[in-house]
Amino acid sequence: MFKYILRRILYAVPILITVSFLTIMLFYGVFPPDRIARQNLSIKNPSPKQIQKWLVEHGYDKPKNEQVRVQTINLLTLQFGKSDANGEDIWEHVRKGAVPSFSIALLIFVGVQVASIGAALFLAYFRGTYVDQWGTFLGVLLMSINSTIYIITLQFVLGKILKLFPMGGYQGGLTGVRFVLLPALIGIIASLGGLTRLYRTFMLEEMNLDYVRTARAKGVGESAILFKHVLKNAAIPIITSSVATIPALFLGSILVESFFNIPGLGNYLVDAINSADFAVVRSMVFLGTVLTIVGYIMTDICYALVDPRVRLE
Amino acid sequence: MMTTINNLIPIAIASLLIGIIVNARRTPLWAEAYRRLGRNRVAMFAFAIICFYGTVALLDSIAWQDSKTSESQTILDRIFSGVAVERTYSAPMADMTIGEPKLHPLKARHILGTDGNGRDVFFRTLKGCRTAILIGSLTSLIVLPIGLLFGLLAGYYGKVVDDTIQYVYTVVGSVPDILLLITLVLVLGRGLDKICYAIGFTSWIGLCRLIRGETLKHRDREYVRAARSLGASDFRIMTRHILPNLLPIVIITLVLGFSGFVMMETILTYLGIGVPPEFGSWGNMIDSARMELAREPVIWWHLASASGALFLLVLAFNIFGDALRDAIDPRLRTR
Repeated sequence: MFKYILRRILYAVPILITVSFLTIMLFYGVFPPDRIARQNLSIKNPSPKQIQKWLVEHGYDKPKNEQVRVQTINLLTLQFGKSDANGEDIWEHVRKGAVPSFSIALLIFVGVQVASIGAALFLAYFRGTYVDQWGTFLGVLLMSINSTIYIITLQFVLGKILKLFPMGGYQGGLTGVRFVLLPALIGIIASLGGLTRLYRTFMLEEMNLDYVRTARAKGVGESAILFKHVLKNAAIPIITSSVATIPALFLGSILVESFFNIPGLGNYLVDAINSADFAVVRSMVFLGTVLTIVGYIMTDICYALVDPRVRLE
Repeated sequence: MMTTINNLIPIAIASLLIGIIVNARRTPLWAEAYRRLGRNRVAMFAFAIICFYGTVALLDSIAWQDSKTSESQTILDRIFSGVAVERTYSAPMADMTIGEPKLHPLKARHILGTDGNGRDVFFRTLKGCRTAILIGSLTSLIVLPIGLLFGLLAGYYGKVVDDTIQYVYTVVGSVPDILLLITLVLVLGRGLDKICYAIGFTSWIGLCRLIRGETLKHRDREYVRAARSLGASDFRIMTRHILPNLLPIVIITLVLGFSGFVMMETILTYLGIGVPPEFGSWGNMIDSARMELAREPVIWWHLASASGALFLLVLAFNIFGDALRDAIDPRLRTR
């Protein structure tokens, strides 16, 4: 097991190197530092001197090849440096933003999993009936609504008209829970439809297998089949498909965070986009990649843990 | 001259599409699929809705200069040229303006009201069709060749080719989609075509992986071996023998992916890196509607019509895509 994990991690190294190199190249090749300087110096027609000064201040003054090398190594060693727009330390921001991001994202993750597994079990129990048909159709309906529409309408109706939740903001600790509830609810509803449909197919695939027929022939009741046998076996694809998303939860839900003004990583990224802060965008891209790869590795390990048929050679 | 070419392209694409759809009936596989689809009333209704959106987009793509104003106007503009422009906001079917200190009577009734500049919201919503359809189809046109080419090559040749292509898509795929999109749009700059490149570049991986897997399955089938022993070249085997077998799955993936491409525009527009405001798009309408909800009285029709139009298109594509999958390959049925 240990050897397997080690090999998976080693396999990730060249990918990370390529991603960091490509991100740097992309920014340097297509968007050279003096253009970044021009965007960030808010003066009209900055003089070459001012640009030069900005470049020196932000460490963009070395020769191009060396810069690409240094920046790539910096990204790889997670030394994100300072923001282009206001000179703040990027790591500091990331550490602060990860807590609100993760707390909302975790709530959404757990909520969505519980709700969609429950809904999928319900539909699988009533498979082939009108309940199933209309339920599946409802899933398609939910899937077809854009997440921005969910956010705008629910924030308006639940927050502004019914005044059930605050309109936005964030506060740490237990008193801050009410700020998190509405964004989490929206996040859950936005991905409920798609996941329920997916999980329902997982369960129905199990329903047609021999062991279910055997159980039914022995006289096991329909609900016992569903909850004891099918749920356990359907858990394999469910777990493997959802574990991959856990590490990326740190990045938060970009849209939800910026609509509700939650000081998380997603909001940080949106601010960086608006102020053309490429140092931050670059760092976030790399951080996201690292988390995604961690997610893939976790999926493989989980797959081996949950399903005894999978062997780790 | 330029206008003629600009007008011919959309007409050519539309007639090509219609031609393909009508012609495909002749092959046995598709004839069967058509028969099954035809029996599905809901799917046919969804298809009619898609056709409606397509027609509006086409009407909005053909333009020529107006003799009076010497401005280029599309057919859609001409149809709606009689619609009056009001002073400011007005509710659907209202006869007075709304949201100004002294209310004024309207020149005409507007089924979906008017926006802040007094323009008819129904007209603006229809104008958004073109952007949506353009983004969806251009992105599909970018995703299709890349995904097909790399998928076929990786699956067919295996070994080094496969390893290289797998490495490339693992690298691209390990950057979270939204982050990659943001980076690409920031670097490429704003614009309708650039958004399509960016979305295309992030979405080809799914198709490529699918095609690779399918090609691997087909590579050692008997019909391929027979073709090879008859001396068919690799290129011929790939294009004439394997590709037709993958076509159904490719079409299903594209139809189901189309709505995702359209929805991505709204998200990008919200992030401030979407379609430039001069293009009428639902993303822009939804984005501006956020401020209007905070006004007193609340301006809701702008948001409602843009999101309704987007919802209907996506829903139609989802329903039609599902039905198409069931019709083409009953084994893939979700039951």
